[in-house]
Amino acid sequence: MSISEVRDRLGAMGRLGNLRRPSSLRDLPFPLSAPTWPTSVPLLPKRSAVGVNYDTEWARRYPVRLARAAWTDLLTRPLVNAVAQPSVEGLDRFEQVVGPVIFAANHSSHLDTPLVLSVLPEPWRHKIVTLAAADYFFDTRLKAAYFAFALNAVPLERIKISRDSTSRARSLIADGWNLLVFPEGGRSPDGWGQSHSGGAAWLAVRSGRPIVPVHIKGTGRLLPRGAKRLYTGETKVTFGAPIIPDLPTRELVTRLEEAIAALGDEANTDWWSARRRAARSTTPPLTGPDASAWRRAWALGPSPKDSARRRSPADEKRWPPKP
Amino acid sequence: MPRPGFVLEVDRSTPPVLIWHGEGFRLERLPADRSRVVYAPEPLAPLPDPDAAIRQALLEPLGDSAPLPDLLHAGMRLTVAFDDLSLPLPPMRRPDNRQRVIEAVLEMAADAGVDDVVLIAALGLHRRMTDAELRHALGDRIFDAFAPHGALLQHDAEDPSQLVMVGKTEKGEDVEVSRRVAESDLLVYVNINLVAMDGGHKSTSTGLMSYRSIRHHHNVKTLQHSRSLMDRPNSELHSSAWRIGRLLGKHVKVFQIETTLNNDAFPSQMAFLQKREWEWDVRDRATFLATSRGLDVLSPTAKRSIFNSILAPQAMTSVQAGEVEAVHASTTLALHRQQLVDVEGQSDVVIFGLPHVGPYNVNSIMNPLLVMCMSLGYFFNFYIGKPLVRPGGVVIVSHPTPWAFHPVHHPSYIDFFEEVLSATTDPLQIEKVYEERFATDEWYRHLYRTSYAYHGVHPFYMWYWGAHALEHAGATVIVGGNRKAVRRMGFKPATTLADALEMAEDQVGRDPTITYFRCPPVMLANVH
Repeated sequence: MSISEVRDRLGAMGRLGNLRRPSSLRDLPFPLSAPTWPTSVPLLPKRSAVGVNYDTEWARRYPVRLARAAWTDLLTRPLVNAVAQPSVEGLDRFEQVVGPVIFAANHSSHLDTPLVLSVLPEPWRHKIVTLAAADYFFDTRLKAAYFAFALNAVPLERIKISRDSTSRARSLIADGWNLLVFPEGGRSPDGWGQSHSGGAAWLAVRSGRPIVPVHIKGTGRLLPRGAKRLYTGETKVTFGAPIIPDLPTRELVTRLEEAIAALGDEANTDWWSARRRAARSTTPPLTGPDASAWRRAWALGPSPKDSARRRSPADEKRWPPKP
Repeated sequence: MPRPGFVLEVDRSTPPVLIWHGEGFRLERLPADRSRVVYAPEPLAPLPDPDAAIRQALLEPLGDSAPLPDLLHAGMRLTVAFDDLSLPLPPMRRPDNRQRVIEAVLEMAADAGVDDVVLIAALGLHRRMTDAELRHALGDRIFDAFAPHGALLQHDAEDPSQLVMVGKTEKGEDVEVSRRVAESDLLVYVNINLVAMDGGHKSTSTGLMSYRSIRHHHNVKTLQHSRSLMDRPNSELHSSAWRIGRLLGKHVKVFQIETTLNNDAFPSQMAFLQKREWEWDVRDRATFLATSRGLDVLSPTAKRSIFNSILAPQAMTSVQAGEVEAVHASTTLALHRQQLVDVEGQSDVVIFGLPHVGPYNVNSIMNPLLVMCMSLGYFFNFYIGKPLVRPGGVVIVSHPTPWAFHPVHHPSYIDFFEEVLSATTDPLQIEKVYEERFATDEWYRHLYRTSYAYHGVHPFYMWYWGAHALEHAGATVIVGGNRKAVRRMGFKPATTLADALEMAEDQVGRDPTITYFRCPPVMLANVH
């Protein structure tokens, strides 16, 4: 039915009175179109329904939790296992801890969240909320609904400190939810880690709940920031011993950074070597060498893209070469 | 932070405004540059822990009253009276304020070892409540503990064996009260103060007394001199009720508990009813369209059934307990915080859109007399200072005003409408010629006592309730009402609001100023 037909029908019903024929939806009378705003009334500041204001309450209701558990176990985990082939270390380090806890991990790829959710054992896996950047994951209703459902994500304001975000996270902890946070504030731009912001430590201090450091190795090579395709390969997730938040926030930030760096060292070498380097304060920093950009990139080694493009020796011998 | 109420000056950019029309509503565009709309304040935040607040109020009473536990002792006779189904409107979701408060009172009575406890629904001359209505108001725990043992009563203002005369006021007003109340060691009265008229001494002097007492303040003279009913110091009705209540207080110790609600009157599915029209989002507009189109195809009975099922999410905003007058003063301030809107000056025309429910048609029909009472009685009196409309101005009411009466609830209304109004609409004449006959009619008395009927005199009070407005306004026009029913009441029928405004011009001149009082939610215009 066209707009003019709608108008004619409503007009015939005596609803719209003697109105000119509308040419678009905007021309339809109120309430078929949006109301006009009285000139004497000051405009209200617009409160967006997306971004940090997106209400994720629905995603924590039992029917949705049940659907997400099925989604995670039947879809996400098999996919992650196929793509990232994760190995997991250190689960025994926090199995005695009573939740809720804050899992804090380094961050280099969109694969990090599904990977951690896939390797976490029960009861942690289905009782965890991911703090996700409001400006990136919640900028449209569709994206917001998807991430709220699939990752149980809640929006976090990362551009400025927001009381709403932090109080929401605290109330989630108070309700018994574990949190997954990435203290670096976003994915690594160059493959190396970034310095931590204080949010995770602040939440731990305020809520009195322990932080479990997590190191993720390898996802940055499979799906780095800006990548247009996904590569398959091996990844490793290492969980550290819980850190009790009995320090001032600044010191806790430093300790968390050191703990994740030590886990990274452990993932690259072995526990004993990493432990000794940590004791000597010589753990290699996750932020990479303090050198020029190309040397930092070089130190990461060849990317999967380069490896895929590299021809096999058999190809090089062939003549004429494959296009 | 809830926004206060405000007055919108209508201009060409103002969208059509929502006007209630019984079990429905319509959108109307008001004339620009000479109309204004009075919007109610937004709902105040409820008490975070109402049960704790009630307990604190009982332990720290206002005025010269002792804490409630100190007034309770084993062997005493305790009577707990409570407001009937006329409050609140719409009926609130469980738990009702009455349940919360009475449970707290009974906890203290149980701790003190009080055995002789009776609960009384303070009906006055209203109809009796059904078991379901009592259960809703009091909760299952109280109902199941008291009703089966005959300790949950409903005040019977026509039972001579259960009434006792305790004296006369200095103005000669009879004080005839429930015997149980008169013989109690303590009367605890539990109020829900929906509007400023409720509470104070009016609770006992209306709810627990007989026709012989009530007639002293429910009459044409007091109501014509109550300006307004919502402004106690300027209300003759309240002056009389205060005298009667004070005399009762000399015979029975009264511990008053008053509660206020915020004006969150409609569930979230119908949020558009409380929102300012220019703030309606897509959902509000879609809900409005779906609701109004859906209602268009339903029968009046089906519509009533839907609207009667609405339970308001209203929540408690304050609770006061102790000596009657101190409590009521504090309650009035709390009510004003929620309801008061400042309005500058009067207009030539005032528009009221009546909703589906009033105090006397809960689970019933809003018949033409109740339309009169709601519009010229209640809505007109929602002011402090001066009425919204100037003397000689026009009141425009939007309501279907069906020629329909609930045969069980309103039997005397039918005869009043047929017999009395066909002879005269003058309140003084009606009072003089007909009131006593209806008030003492045995059949009405029987129905009031044994069925669920309002007292025989009740339709008279509905008419008197509008006596001040009838005297003040020049004309009343009802939009969309049953023309015969409207004319029977001496009002003018109009098909549309535009017609009504044209008719008003005959009374007040061309291009009149117009005030639309966008109620509900309930508010009180402070007219300067």
